[in-house]
Amino acid sequence: MKLGVRQLALAALAAVFALAATAGPSAPVGAAGDPGLSSTEIVLGGTHPFSGPASAYGAYGKGVEAYFAYVNDHGGVNGRKITYKDLDDGYSPPQAVQLVRQLVEDDHVFAMFNTLGTPVNTAIRPYLNQKEVPQLFVASGASTWGRDSAKFPWTIGWQPNYQSESILYAQNLLKEHPNAKIGVLYQNDDYGQDYLDGLNKGLGAKKNLIVKAASYEVTDPDVSSQIAGLKAAGADTFFIFATPKFSSQALAIAAQQSWHPTIYLNNVSSSQTTMRAATTAAGAAATNGVITTLYSKDPGDPKWAADSGMKLYMEIMAKYVPGADTANGYYLNAMGVAFTMVDALTKAGKEITRRKLMDTAEHLRETNNPFLLPGIVVETTPSMRFPITQEQLVRYDNGQFKAFGPLVDARALIGSELR
Amino acid sequence: MHDLAQQIVSGLATGSIFASLALALVLIYRSMGVINFAQGEMAMFTTFIAWQLVQQGLPIWAAFALTIVVAFVGGVALEVVLIRPVERAAPLTIVIVTLGLLITLNGLAGLFWGYVVKPFPTPFPTTPIHVGSVSFSAQDIGIILVSLAALGIITLFFQKTKLGLAMRAAALYPDESRVLGIRVSRMLALGWGLAAVMGAISGIMVAPVVFLDPNMMQGIIVYAFAAAVLGGIESPLGAVIGGLVLGVVLNLLGTYVEAIGTDLRLGVAFAIIVVVLLFRPAGLFGRVGTQRV
Amino acid sequence: MMSSPRIDRRIGIAIVALAIVILPWVLPAYGSFELTYVGAYAIAILGLVILTGLSGQISLGHGAFLAVGGYTVAILGQHAGVPYWLSICAAGVICGLLGLAIGLVASRLEGVYLALSTFALAVATPSILKHFKGLTGGSGGITLPTIAAPGALHAGLSPEQWLYYLTWAIAGLLFFVASSLLRGRIGRSLRALRDNEVAAVSFGVSPSYYKTLAFGWSAAYAGIAGALVAVATAFVSPDSYGFAVSLALVTGAVLGGLDSLWGALIGAVIIEFLPLWAQKISSAAPSIVYGLALIVVMLFAPGGIAGFFRRVVVDLRRRLPTHSRRPL
Repeated sequence: MKLGVRQLALAALAAVFALAATAGPSAPVGAAGDPGLSSTEIVLGGTHPFSGPASAYGAYGKGVEAYFAYVNDHGGVNGRKITYKDLDDGYSPPQAVQLVRQLVEDDHVFAMFNTLGTPVNTAIRPYLNQKEVPQLFVASGASTWGRDSAKFPWTIGWQPNYQSESILYAQNLLKEHPNAKIGVLYQNDDYGQDYLDGLNKGLGAKKNLIVKAASYEVTDPDVSSQIAGLKAAGADTFFIFATPKFSSQALAIAAQQSWHPTIYLNNVSSSQTTMRAATTAAGAAATNGVITTLYSKDPGDPKWAADSGMKLYMEIMAKYVPGADTANGYYLNAMGVAFTMVDALTKAGKEITRRKLMDTAEHLRETNNPFLLPGIVVETTPSMRFPITQEQLVRYDNGQFKAFGPLVDARALIGSELR
Repeated sequence: MHDLAQQIVSGLATGSIFASLALALVLIYRSMGVINFAQGEMAMFTTFIAWQLVQQGLPIWAAFALTIVVAFVGGVALEVVLIRPVERAAPLTIVIVTLGLLITLNGLAGLFWGYVVKPFPTPFPTTPIHVGSVSFSAQDIGIILVSLAALGIITLFFQKTKLGLAMRAAALYPDESRVLGIRVSRMLALGWGLAAVMGAISGIMVAPVVFLDPNMMQGIIVYAFAAAVLGGIESPLGAVIGGLVLGVVLNLLGTYVEAIGTDLRLGVAFAIIVVVLLFRPAGLFGRVGTQRV
Repeated sequence: MMSSPRIDRRIGIAIVALAIVILPWVLPAYGSFELTYVGAYAIAILGLVILTGLSGQISLGHGAFLAVGGYTVAILGQHAGVPYWLSICAAGVICGLLGLAIGLVASRLEGVYLALSTFALAVATPSILKHFKGLTGGSGGITLPTIAAPGALHAGLSPEQWLYYLTWAIAGLLFFVASSLLRGRIGRSLRALRDNEVAAVSFGVSPSYYKTLAFGWSAAYAGIAGALVAVATAFVSPDSYGFAVSLALVTGAVLGGLDSLWGALIGAVIIEFLPLWAQKISSAAPSIVYGLALIVVMLFAPGGIAGFFRRVVVDLRRRLPTHSRRPL
């Protein structure tokens, strides 16, 4: 094990050069002192998984970038163009932690926006709050972003949180099927567990209606064993807390095993692409009657074709993400949250500081988001920091999501159940 | 009681998924003693090609046939470009090359086709089949039948044809085979081509059930390895039986043994690999005493 | 006549050590932070260099030991309030023992069979961690207290600098220990087994003893590395210990060079910064760049970067006259 001088010196130099190479050009510092701001530019930072097993969610980053490009081409925000530095964290908390420090300390971003994933956001939250850098509209439905806002005031979520969605289903179930026997399929990670916890909370004293809860791993080839077990346990109601691929499987396999329970499907998978995949594999019986919620418009659903928000979406996709699969709802959801970000920046005004942006985010009232269902209001107050709490219950019927009942607001529930 | 029957039947269905990919693994191992970590991704990639052809308007059988040809050519090309230069290198080098191939193929599939899950066309009818209290789909039967057919063809090929004999000789005794006039390098490339074809078949059969996305095979590959090891990593028959047994065992353990549940399935697969390799490396159906490494 | 290589080596070590000491004062805080990870990974990869380069065992599953080390620190810190210098030692010990136990089994498995087994272990690690959710907190993970320099040093060092020096001090110590042990009987026996197993056995060197030892040793190093990574990240969760982590360690060892302890350092720099470089080349698919890099290096420079440089230096030495060889 011997080496010459040159090799050792080269190793040391390599480290230094490596570090230098990762340093990007410094971003401007505003006159007011907050970094990432100049008269013509505002710099935001983000991390998304563009590689690794969670890379499906990389579409969020692309959607955000596309919307910001569109806004920039139409004058920007308060005369400033948005520069979004979006890096690949591979859904790995150690990676994300390092990237966020780099974005804050080297790229001098003004704020972090739409960082994706519950473990990632949990890992970066303490640092960002300590440095008083806004961690805005994170891409995760965990309830902690709203619930723990006293401890982490610089962090805020956006999408309806998973637990309140489960509570909405529980309420509907207790009204329509009070003696149901419930079987649950859930993904064995924080997101699936969150939904299950919400269901338990929503059922309250009646949580013994759950006869069996079966989990699956993302490495499982299929969920046939779990479904067989739920059917054998006598469940007549089936909650699916699964990502799109496994939801399609669950729906198809249930039909193939001749099990026809009342099905509640989580919002994460409530898209036409998921339903169509199941219908293709197992026929219309697999998907008819499935109950789920929607809060944004589904680009795979032809009923929105003439809608101005959907047209805007298609226009932006065609121009800025050509060749992408426009039916992928992640792109549209991303534009939805990007719209809120631009809205918050606009309302914070030209003389913007981090503190002011955070205050705006805590006093938000947005009624005109073109990508959300009509009637949905993005609203926060300092004591109620869940921006979107309304969802529409829908039932899938012969290829269409048909709304039933009004928009339901979980805001009241959040107060009592999740605090 | 009907739960047990259904669990067994579902286990056979899932197990047939493992079996089909395990056959591809066995083919490569038999032809050159290499464990190809990229086999699953090769299968996934060729399945995407089949999907693309169907999207372009080709009828299903034409698309499948064309995909098989493409897979064969691709497998041969990979062997010539990537594996041949490092054929005689340390085992670690080949392992790293196949791992690099795994990552690259996964990234390319994501780049070309994105990560939205896609349904995959199947020639089989979609209505479920009922036998007593047990239900399954025609696709499940299809996978088993195709795997058995492939098994039959592979076995006949190796036992009864001159080419098959030449391939076996080239794998076991490369130097002696060269003396006898067998083009060993050609045999190895052929082995990769055939394994790629088997992988494509596996992917095409399996995708209608698990749905198509770039990460489709990442869970399956470990179970396929466990199936191949259990059955005997040189034995095509072992791959099929190993796969079916593994599927059933995992289902039964997951359902009836509380301590294991569904989150230790991979742990069980890992344990099976280790225990079999330790105590009976030839697996259930392999020949005892053959050491390639 | 003094032996040139040994002076060269000491000068080399001095240069690197000097660079390591100075860098935190020259670099911004996030730079020290990233180099802290380099130090931790260097420790883990060093273990692999010993395991794979010296004792010839291929492990595609050392991420499992990173996980055990990380969770040890997290659990001891969060539930028992153990100060992390103590829990880092505990991580090393626990992983070392675990590694010895696994090594007893591993030493009986041939090359690719061991690769296959450890591959399965790497893929299974997250679900195993989730299974024992009473201990590990399940998929939610465990948050660790944030880093801070201890009282006396508080005034002089930022938390990032403190963690950096702690990590590199541990790394330096572990490199020194490895270097010394490898110069002694353990190293000779391992090299003898690698170069000619039959002859070594006839001299009384037991393959399974040394292979098991190498496995336990590399596991202990990986455990300490995992503990340091957990302290730096201040968070552990099961899904961050998937196959990608084990793959990164192996590729770091292979790309850095398995013939040299310094390969571990080079490898750590590579796995820390290659993903960032890959993003600059193609934001669409960093993994393609990563995979191609692996293939290209294996085809053209299988000795890794350290091996490549060694060839360059040997070539240069042969061509250029040196003072020690030719008197004027």
